[in-house]
Amino acid sequence: MGSILVHNLGKAFKQYDKRWGRLVEWVLPVLGPRHREKWVLRDISFQLAPGEAVGIIGINGAGKSTLLKLITGTSQPTTGRVAMTGRVAALLELGMGFHPDFTGRQNAYMAGQLIGLSVEDIDALMPQIEAFADIGEYIDQPVRVYSSGMQVRLAFSVATAQRPDILIIDEALSVGDVYFQHKSFERVREYRKQGTTLLIVSHDRAAIQSICDRAILLDGGRLSKQGTPEEVMDFYNALIAEREDSSIKQVASGEGRVQTTSGSGEATVTAITLENAEGEALEVLDVGIPVTLRIKVRVEAPVARLVLGYMIKDRLGHQIYGTNTHHLDQPVTNLQAGQELEYRFHFPLNLGAGSYSITTALTSSETHLADNYEWRDLALLFIVINMTRRQFVGSSWIEPQVDITR
Amino acid sequence: MNMLNGVWRYRGFIAGSIQREFQAKYRNSMLGAIWTVLNPLAMILVYTVIFSQVMGNRLGGNSSTFAYSIYLCAGMLTWSLFAEITVRAQSVFLDHANLIKKLQFPRICLPIITVLNACVNFAIVFGLFTVFLVVSGNFPGWIYLALLPILLVQVLLAIGLGMILGVLNVFFRDVAQFFAIVLQFWFWFTPVVYPATALPPEVRAWLVYNPMATLVAAYQTILVDARAPDWIAVAPVAVVALACCALGMQLFRKRSGEMVDEL
Repeated sequence: MGSILVHNLGKAFKQYDKRWGRLVEWVLPVLGPRHREKWVLRDISFQLAPGEAVGIIGINGAGKSTLLKLITGTSQPTTGRVAMTGRVAALLELGMGFHPDFTGRQNAYMAGQLIGLSVEDIDALMPQIEAFADIGEYIDQPVRVYSSGMQVRLAFSVATAQRPDILIIDEALSVGDVYFQHKSFERVREYRKQGTTLLIVSHDRAAIQSICDRAILLDGGRLSKQGTPEEVMDFYNALIAEREDSSIKQVASGEGRVQTTSGSGEATVTAITLENAEGEALEVLDVGIPVTLRIKVRVEAPVARLVLGYMIKDRLGHQIYGTNTHHLDQPVTNLQAGQELEYRFHFPLNLGAGSYSITTALTSSETHLADNYEWRDLALLFIVINMTRRQFVGSSWIEPQVDITR
Repeated sequence: MNMLNGVWRYRGFIAGSIQREFQAKYRNSMLGAIWTVLNPLAMILVYTVIFSQVMGNRLGGNSSTFAYSIYLCAGMLTWSLFAEITVRAQSVFLDHANLIKKLQFPRICLPIITVLNACVNFAIVFGLFTVFLVVSGNFPGWIYLALLPILLVQVLLAIGLGMILGVLNVFFRDVAQFFAIVLQFWFWFTPVVYPATALPPEVRAWLVYNPMATLVAAYQTILVDARAPDWIAVAPVAVVALACCALGMQLFRKRSGEMVDEL
C-alpha cells in the first residue's frame, strides 16, 4: 500500500490566439486544431516505493504545483499516467471550502466529507481533531472570526485526522505559527514512521533534508535532477546562483557524496584545511578544541570587492553555523588577477560527534545571489569525535554547569 | 459506473451540502427557517388573492373563483423549478472553481447538489400550494399523483440542459448571458400567465416544439381541470429530456478534465 508511479507525465495547456478559435475547433473539427500547446511539464517519470519520502523542489513556475495536481487527480495529464495505491490525503491548499458563517465544528464535518470521510468517521475523530487543532472554544464559533492561523490549524487537523497511505503536501507546513509548524511536522514524521508514503513540495531545505529519502528537482517543467536531498539541494542552490557565464560542476567526493561547484570563476578556493592549535591539518578532531580554518584563495580576474563565506553543515546538510567576511567586517577590495589570499578563521570546535562538511562561497556582498564568483559545496569534510569530554548527544557542545537545590 | 460509485461514496458530502446551503440562507436572520415558508407563502398569496380577487380574472369555461390562480400557480411554480435548476447548473462549475481546482472529489456532486437543492425549495413551495388547494376545496384528487412523472420529465430536461450549459459556460462565458435572454423569451412563449387559446392559431401551432409548453399544459390540466394530461404529447418531451441528459453527461465526461485548466 502507498506506492506512486509517475510515468512519462506531461501537461500542456491550450492557448487560443483568437477568441473564436475554440468555438471553431469544437463546431468544425475538420478544420484542424486552432490552438497552440503550452507545455508546463514534460517527460516526468519517477517512482515512490511504499514508505518512501520524496521532496520536490524547484523555482516558482517550474511546475511543482501542476505536478502535484496531476498526481492528486485534480488536473488531467496531457500525456503519460499516474498510478497510486492506497488512501491518499493531499494538503494542497488548507482551509479550502470553509464556509465563513458556519462554526469550526460544522466546517470540520464538511471538510471531512469532502475528503471522503463518513459522518460516523468524523464523529469518532472529532475529539482528536479538536485536540490537535487546539483552538479551544473557537471550535463552536463561526469561522469568519478565526485568524488565518486558526483556520489552517483546523484544516490541517481534519485533513490529517486519519493516517493516509500516501500524504501529499504542498508548502502547507510553512504556514501557521512556529509552534503549530513543529506540531504538524511532528505528525507528518509520525505518520511517516508508521509507513505513510510522503510526497512533499517545499522551499524549506531543512524540512526536505530532515524528512525525505530522496529529492527531485524540477526546472522549466522537466525533471532536472534526482538524488539524495543534500545533493539535489546543493545543485538547486547552485542553479539559483547560476549566471550567464558560470558553470555548475558536480564531482563525486569520498563517501559517495557529491561535491557541487558553481560560479563565474573570478576567484577560487585553492586549498582548505582545518588545523588544531599545533597547526596540524586534521580530518578527525576532538570536541571543543580550538581550531583554525585555513582557506587559500586565488584571484583569477580583477575583483572590486571580495567576500569569503563558509558554512558548516552536518551529515544531513543541516546548517550548523555560517558567516562571511562581510559580516565580520573584513571584505578585501581592489584585487588584481594572480593575487593570492590566505584566510584564517579561529574558533572553538563546539560540535557534537559526527561528520561535518564545510561549504565555501566567494562573493562580492553578503549573499551569493548578486555576484557568485565561486560556490563550493563539501569543500572540506571532517569528523568530530568525543575523546575527552563528558558524554552528550546532539550536534552542538553547550555543556552546562549544574546547580541542584533540594 | 465509476461516476455513480463516486457519488455514492460522497453521499454524505452531498446530503451535508444541501443541508448547509439551506441553513446558510437563514443563518443570521432572527426568524430563521420561518422565512423558507413565508417567502413562498407571500408568492402564492399574491398569485391567488390579487389575481383572483382584485384582477377578477376568469378562465374561459371554468367558473371557480380560484381557477385562474391555480392555473397561474401550476405554471409559475413549476417554471421556477425549471429556471432555478438551469440557471444554477450553468454557473455551478464557475461558482465552485476554487474547490474544483484544489481538491480531488467527484465533480458530478456539484450539479447534483444544485438540482437537489432546487428540488427541496420546490417541495416546500409546492407543499404549501397543495395545502392551499385542499383548504380551498380545489384539490384534484387521485390524479394529483400524475404530477410526479411530469415533474420527473421536467427535472430531467432541466438537468440535461443545465449540464450542457454548465460545461459550455466554463469555456464560453457568453453562454450565461445568452441563456438569460433565451429564458425570458422562452417564459413568455410558454402559456403560463395567459391561456394557450389567447395565442393566434398560427403561433399556437409552434407550441408543440416547446417542451416546456407541453409540460406546463400537463400541470394545468391536472390541477385546474382535474383531468389526466395528454400522455402522448408528453412522450416526445421525455425523449428530448433523456437526449439532453445524455448529451450533457457526454459533454461533461469529455470536457471535465479540460475544464479544470480553464477555471
